[in-house]
Amino acid sequence: MTDVVMPQMGESIVEGTLTKWLKKAGDHVERDEPLFEISTDKVDTEIPSPAAGTLREVLVEEGKTVGINTVVARIDEAGGNGAGAAAPAAKPAAAPPPQPAQAQAPAPPAPAAEAAPPPAVQAPSPGPPPQAPAPAPDSERAEPAGPLSPLVRKMARENNIDLSQVKGTGAGGRITKQDLEAHVAQQQAPRAPSPAPPAQKPAAAPTPPAQAPPAYVPPAAPSSAKVRVEPMSTMRQKIAEHMVMSQRTSAHVTTIHRVDMTNVAKVRDRQKADFQTRYGLSLTYLPFVVRATVEALRTYPIVNASIEGTNILYYNEINIGIAVALENGLIVPVIRTADEKNVLGLQRAIVDLAARARSRQLKPDEVQGGTFSITNFGSYGSMMATPVINQPQVAILGVGAVTKEPVVIADAIAIRSMCYISLTFDHRLIDGALADQFTAKVKSVLESWSEEVL
Amino acid sequence: MGYGEAFERQRALVEQRKRAEIPDQFLIVEHPPTITMGRNGHMENLLAREEVLERAGVAFHHTDRGGDITYHGPGQIVGYPILDLREWKRDVGAYVRAIEQVIIHALSDFGLAGERVHGMTGVWVDGAKVAAIGVHISRWVTSHGFALNVSTDLSYFQYIVPCGLVKRVTSMAALGVMARRQEVIERLVVHFGRVFDFEMAGELVYD
Repeated sequence: MTDVVMPQMGESIVEGTLTKWLKKAGDHVERDEPLFEISTDKVDTEIPSPAAGTLREVLVEEGKTVGINTVVARIDEAGGNGAGAAAPAAKPAAAPPPQPAQAQAPAPPAPAAEAAPPPAVQAPSPGPPPQAPAPAPDSERAEPAGPLSPLVRKMARENNIDLSQVKGTGAGGRITKQDLEAHVAQQQAPRAPSPAPPAQKPAAAPTPPAQAPPAYVPPAAPSSAKVRVEPMSTMRQKIAEHMVMSQRTSAHVTTIHRVDMTNVAKVRDRQKADFQTRYGLSLTYLPFVVRATVEALRTYPIVNASIEGTNILYYNEINIGIAVALENGLIVPVIRTADEKNVLGLQRAIVDLAARARSRQLKPDEVQGGTFSITNFGSYGSMMATPVINQPQVAILGVGAVTKEPVVIADAIAIRSMCYISLTFDHRLIDGALADQFTAKVKSVLESWSEEVL
Repeated sequence: MGYGEAFERQRALVEQRKRAEIPDQFLIVEHPPTITMGRNGHMENLLAREEVLERAGVAFHHTDRGGDITYHGPGQIVGYPILDLREWKRDVGAYVRAIEQVIIHALSDFGLAGERVHGMTGVWVDGAKVAAIGVHISRWVTSHGFALNVSTDLSYFQYIVPCGLVKRVTSMAALGVMARRQEVIERLVVHFGRVFDFEMAGELVYD
C-alpha cells in the first residue's frame, strides 16, 4: 500500500483544501494520472497519483482542509513493491491504457492484496510520494555556502537595497527572495496604506456637487401668461440646496492674488506636443495649479480640514475635487491622493474625471471624499470670481483665465502670461493672514516652476 | 480572443510545456465580456441569470482555475503565464505573490500604489480590487493567471460578487490613470521578467 499525502505546495503553504476526487475508491489509477484536486490560496492544483494500483481507501472527503503530509488516501499497488509475480497486468504503469471498466478491472488484484495483509504492513512507511509533489528543498536553502544566494545578491544590487535593512525569514534567518520583494514593495508603496478613515469622514458627511459662481435667484415669476413651467432636475435642486446651505454654514471671504504664469506657460509650450504624442493627452494649466495647491496644502494643513462641532478635523490625505461644468449643472469629481501624483498623473485624472462626469459615468464614491476643491472658471474666460465653498471643506481655489499682459518688472514693461487665483475660505477657521500665506504659496510654486513634466 | 479559444490554447501549451517541448510562456489576451466561475465557485455569486447575461452579450464559462467568480472583458489585460514551477520554486504561494508583485510594480510605474490585502489574493488600490488572480496547476505547470482592469467597464461587475467578495472593484482608469493598453502590457512584461528571471529559463511571448 502506498500512502497518498496532501503534498507540500511550497514553503508558505501549510494546508490545502481537497476540492475534488478524480477517482473513487475501488478505481484503478496509473502512476502520474491525476488523482485529486486541491485548492490553496486561489490556486487549484491537480495532484497526480504517486503509484499505479487500486485506490483502496479515501480518507479525506471533498471540501475538507487538511495539513500538508496528511494521508488522504491509500493505493494498493497490486503487486508493485517488488513482490513480483502476484498481480501481473496492472503493474506496467506506463504502457496499457487502464482497463476502462471502473470497479471491475481491479478486481483480480484486489482480493490478492486483501488476502495478503503483510505487504500492506510493510509498505505504509513509504515516506513522501515519489513524483511531482515531493517537498523538494528550495534552491535557496539547498545552497550551502554563504548566507546569501546569488539571486538575492543580484536583486539587492539591482534594486539598490541595503541588505542590512532586510529582515530574513528563511532558514536560520537567511534573506530570501520573498524578503527582498516584500522589502521592495514596502519601499515602493510607502504612503499607500495611509489611514483611510480621516478621508472617509467627508464622504460620510453630505458632499453633493457644489460651488461655482453664486446662483442667481429669480424673483417671483411675473404674472404674465408668458411663462413656461419646468420642474428643476434633481441635480439642480441638490445644487441649489447645497449652495444656500454652504453660504449659511461658512463665513465666506475671498482673497485674490495675481500670478505670473510665464514659467509654466513656457514649460507647457515646450512639452505640449511631446505630451500629446506620448500620452495622448493635451497638457493644460490646471494640473500645474493642482500640483502647486497640493504643495500649499502640505504647508498649511489647516486648509485641508473640516469643522465638526467645535473640533477641527485635519485630513491625512489630500483629495482634490475638480469642478466640472455639465450641461445643466455641475459636479465635483475627486482626484484621490492628489499628493501622490505628478503633473502627468493629475492631467490624466482631470481628463478622465471630466470626460466621465460629462458622460454621467462617475461612480458615487468618485464624487465623495474630497478635502479641498478647485474650480477653473478661467476656462470660460472669467478673470476672477468668488466661488462658494464645497461643504464640509473650508476653502476653494478658483483659477482665472491666463492672458498675456503688460507687466512692470524692474521698472521695465514686459509681456507676461498672467492670471488671477482666488481663494474663498471659511473665516470661522482660517484667518486672512493664513489664507494669503496659503495663496502666496500656490503663487510662488507656479511662478518658480521647475518640475519636469515628461 | 474568446475565452474558450484562449482556454484551448492554454491547454495545448500546458501539454507541450509538460513534455518540455517549449519554454515557459506568458500569454496576454483580452476577452470579450465573459463571466467565469472557478472550481470553488458558488453559483449564488452570479447575480444575474444566464439568460440575462446572454441578453447583455456576456458569455458564461465554468473553468478549472482557483478562485470564485470573475468578469473578463474589453479594457482588461488578461495574463496567462504557462510556467513549469519545478524550474522556479515549487511553491504555489510564492508564485501567486510573485504575480501580485509584477502587477504592483507595473501599477507603480503609473503612479498607483497597489497593495496586497492580508489573507486575500489579488492587487488592491485604496481598498478596491484592481487585479484578480486565479491559477490552475497540473504537475507544477501553471495556467490561467491574472486579470488587470485597465479601462474595464466596471458596470459589468454588477452581475457578480467578484470572487465572492463584497468589496469594490476598480480599474486604472477609475483611479485616474488613462494609460494605453500597450503601455501597461510593456510594463507588465518588463516586471514579469525582473520578478521571475533568474529561475525562469524561458522567454516572454505575448500576443
